[in-house]
Amino acid sequence: MTTLTLGKALNEGLRKAMDDDPKVLIMGEDVGKLGGVFRITDGLQKDFGEERVIDTPLAESGIVGTAIGLALRGYRPVVEIQFDGFVFPAVDQIITQLAKMRMRSLGKVELPVVVRIPCGGGIGAVEHHSESPEVYFTHTAGLRVVACSNPADAYSMIQQSIASPDPVVFFEPKRRYWDKADVDTETADWTPLHAARVVRPGDDVTVLSYGPAVKTCLEAAVAAGEEGRSVEVIDLRSLNPLDIETVTASVHRTGRCVVVHEAAVFSGYGAELAARITERCFYRLEAPVLRVGGFSTPYPPSRIEDHYLPDLDRILDAVDRTFGW
Amino acid sequence: MTIDSVRGAPGDPGPAEPELVQLLTPEGQRVEHPDYPLELGADEVRALYRDLVTVRRIDLEAVALTRQGELGIWASLLGQEAAQIGSGRALGEHDMVFPTYREHGVAWCRDVDPLNLLGLFRGVNHGGWDPAKYGFHLYTIVIGSQTLHATGYAMGIQRDGVLGTPSAGATIAYFGDGATSQGDVNESFVFASVFNAPIVFFCQNNQWAISEPLEKQTRIPLYRRAQGYGFPGVRVDGNDVFACLAVTRKALEAARTGQGPTFIEAYTYRMGAHTTTDDPTRYRLKAEEEAWKLKDPIERVKAYLVRGDLADSAFFEEVEADAKAMARELRAACLALPDPEPLSIFENVYAEPHPLMTEEQEQFAAYLASFEEASR
Ligand SMILES: Cc1ncc(C[n+]2csc(CCOP(=O)(O)OP(=O)(O)O)c2C)c(N)n1
Ligand SMILES: [Mg+2]
Repeated sequence: MTTLTLGKALNEGLRKAMDDDPKVLIMGEDVGKLGGVFRITDGLQKDFGEERVIDTPLAESGIVGTAIGLALRGYRPVVEIQFDGFVFPAVDQIITQLAKMRMRSLGKVELPVVVRIPCGGGIGAVEHHSESPEVYFTHTAGLRVVACSNPADAYSMIQQSIASPDPVVFFEPKRRYWDKADVDTETADWTPLHAARVVRPGDDVTVLSYGPAVKTCLEAAVAAGEEGRSVEVIDLRSLNPLDIETVTASVHRTGRCVVVHEAAVFSGYGAELAARITERCFYRLEAPVLRVGGFSTPYPPSRIEDHYLPDLDRILDAVDRTFGW
Repeated sequence: MTIDSVRGAPGDPGPAEPELVQLLTPEGQRVEHPDYPLELGADEVRALYRDLVTVRRIDLEAVALTRQGELGIWASLLGQEAAQIGSGRALGEHDMVFPTYREHGVAWCRDVDPLNLLGLFRGVNHGGWDPAKYGFHLYTIVIGSQTLHATGYAMGIQRDGVLGTPSAGATIAYFGDGATSQGDVNESFVFASVFNAPIVFFCQNNQWAISEPLEKQTRIPLYRRAQGYGFPGVRVDGNDVFACLAVTRKALEAARTGQGPTFIEAYTYRMGAHTTTDDPTRYRLKAEEEAWKLKDPIERVKAYLVRGDLADSAFFEEVEADAKAMARELRAACLALPDPEPLSIFENVYAEPHPLMTEEQEQFAAYLASFEEASR
């Protein structure tokens, strides 16, 4: 066991993947000498060289498009998008090309590309640096979409994503990059990439979340516990595919469910969860599935972002409401 | 036109200095250029000097405010004052500017209150000034997007049928060396060229895109790219305010009279960090910064003024004192900027009342009120 920050765990995971497979490449803006603006690729260019850790021209469509070409040639590119708000120039390549190549080729072409995206708010940034764009990708068939929330998962999930034969959009909770936890770097006996995990067992209500909001949900669960309410928190980890069995097993027991994410609630991932849970647990539900998330507005200026982001109080408020139904 | 079959050498963005348009040497010596005659009275030079000093002082204050936690981040213009003041003072009232996030000097020339810029970086708004009022569009943070907006705006000017008349304006799109790799920027070149739009592409080549040096973006000098798109490109000494003024004036005039786009590469240097969160010691040498210090854009104007006896020490002291006083006021105003009301999150998303905005706003208002009740 070593204690690592989430950022360092990603760095170690990338390093391990590069050690294990010479076809793994890293591409992006400032990923070389600088090690990326969040230092996730720190030291990798020094150790693996400029041919494998590539500072690209400043062009996201170019980065993903050439990653596709490299993958066609047998490489496994791991692409870094500097901030969530800057993935959009690459969205054409991701949606029209990356996601569909396997199907268009009747299974003959494989594109094992990983697109890493630091996501979410809470770091006091200017606009376009705090977005939660996951549903644009979960809505696109052909992509696998995952979101890590803690150092141990960061370490394992990045390696599992790189090993995936399908393209993976990999969300990193940027305001949690500095969170520390124990990581077992000796084992490869990991939870499967697309399995959800119960991160805090409970009996009264199920809280579903992923990425940066998981930690807030855990804090809310502790606070609720002090008031005698037993909250089960599930970290979904994978958004596409979704581990619906873990989710329904929990909601079947608790009969109540709250979904928490930073992205806007309207047409957000919670809508999919609410619909599926309703379909599968209808007679068990004591209350409708409630959603806590960002407002349906552009991300606000940072001085008031704490109002936009789901916090402990808003989660507890929703938990309370499921009991008042 | 010649066809250039020469390949750039790997990692070599081509000859730098020899091709620069320069009207004022780093030592403050006035030189002539056959294509860019420039007559400036002593008053005008002193005004340029005052601009340069003022925007540097504003910038310094913003960096200090960031260090003290009063701004979230700041993108410093240090070293790029001449490029911005020179081009900014070439603008006429009908021209329209499309800036990046670093054009504080140009904003100054367009009379945008620096407090507005601080508000954005403090996180109280996303800009919020009226672009039409100042002829200065909002700051654009997504690299390159604004070049297309500038081109479209120029196509509008063209369609208004004003080119060649006194009410003609041009657009000027600012962007960096890194931005030249972006698809949007290259598409803007194509559109501008095909439509012969009245636009000036003003690229501040400050040698760096965060940690990536110029050779990560290009193998040929950037201004030579223009040729491939079909309009003239010129490289100007970006630390020479006279040359930036003359070159931009000429390009704007060409645009206003229907002669189409020009690409200007202002060859300069980002003396500071990319932003206040960046640490340039990780990727560049101090010696490079030291070498560029000798080409400081302000010192050379001062030397010129002194050499020609166009200003005395009282003038320099006054400019310094005025800039300082202004910075003091700006600081106070920045600290007094109120945080936005939480419920303002729902404002200005749509032109008219929108059911979802209304619903969420009402719910959030009730939620906030529940805390006030609880605390009563
Ligand atoms: C589309 C997009 N990708 C990435 C970024 C992150 N980013 C901000 S500034 C910058 C470098 C810009 O370099 P350059 O165009 O040379 O302008 P400079 O900052 O040097 O003025 C990058 C990569 C961004 N803002 N937008
Ligand atoms: Mg630059």
